[in-house]
Amino acid sequence: MYGRKVKLRFLFIILILTTLILSVFLVLKSLEENVVYFQSPSEIKELSELDKKKIRVGGMVKKRSIFITSNEVKFIITDFKNEINVTYSGAIPNLFEEGKGVVAEGFLKDRNFFSATKILAKHDENYMPPEVEEALGNK
Amino acid sequence: MFKFFEPNKIFQITSKAPKYVLFLFIIVLSIGLTEALFLSPEDYKQSDAVRIMYVHVPAAWISLGIFSSVTFLSIFGFIFKNKNFFLIAKSLAPSGFVFNIIALVTGAIWGKPTWGTWWAWDARITSMLILLLFYAMYLISWRIYETEEKVFKITTFITILGIINVPIIKYSVDWWNTLHQPASINILSKSTIHSSMLYPLLIMTAAFALFSLLIFLMKYNTELIKIKNKGLDRL
Repeated sequence: MYGRKVKLRFLFIILILTTLILSVFLVLKSLEENVVYFQSPSEIKELSELDKKKIRVGGMVKKRSIFITSNEVKFIITDFKNEINVTYSGAIPNLFEEGKGVVAEGFLKDRNFFSATKILAKHDENYMPPEVEEALGNK
Repeated sequence: MFKFFEPNKIFQITSKAPKYVLFLFIIVLSIGLTEALFLSPEDYKQSDAVRIMYVHVPAAWISLGIFSSVTFLSIFGFIFKNKNFFLIAKSLAPSGFVFNIIALVTGAIWGKPTWGTWWAWDARITSMLILLLFYAMYLISWRIYETEEKVFKITTFITILGIINVPIIKYSVDWWNTLHQPASINILSKSTIHSSMLYPLLIMTAAFALFSLLIFLMKYNTELIKIKNKGLDRL
């Protein structure tokens, strides 16, 4: 019902799309390491060698792990399998608190100690009014 | 094929509809803004910063939706050699571009007090920036190429390149670790946004969609006037 030209143009578009999707997929697959914004404590544990580059570690702030002294904040980032100790001095974002997501940027001292130069709070996908949160908390 | 596009009939609609759409837009926007800024509750965690979301999320949705529409229209226009599809796509694109900028700017304003940074090179934010670049390329190519044939081909190619980015934007937060939070609204599973916040969000989305429709009708009307001035009676 459609002309030969129309069918050819359709095929042409399909071919371009398939080729592009495949190549983008392959590129992203091989760049995976650079696409992720942060690594989890477990991924840090599995690193074959520690490099001196600036990296980001992300996870949850472990409950009751925050210690604030006059010029330093210490806390533990956990992904509930592995943990990493973080020391940091500087401004803390408002949403930084225990049991919530955090991303720390800085340098690894060793596999267990991380010296952060910047802290970002990671917000989760839950949005609710305070009353609802209280009701949920009381359950 | 597609003989039902009669410029004169369409022109009658596009020249009269904008004022009604504008009226509707103002009503829905005022309801949406009252809901979003005053009536809806503050968030348990971010308190009033959550109100930025009522602009940020609809703007991002609309810009993604418009880019997808522009792509499908261009591909259709290319396959069936129909100029009208390209003109519809051309008229849709500017509001998508503007909403993309709004999404990025409001995201930055929200990011500073909540995350602690204006900008992060994470997968979601970077892929949104790439979408903006594709929008820019699309809009510029309409201006720099003289012959229509060339414009149609180039813009179709740009949208095909850009459309691959759209699912990447959508799923970036699931595929990789990102600073950006994952989606709160899921069609298949329960949404993690409370209903008192979901309704203002949907009303604001409707308002922005109406705004896009308004800009589209006005732009498309201009395109039709250009055709009329050339003395052509068909598309």
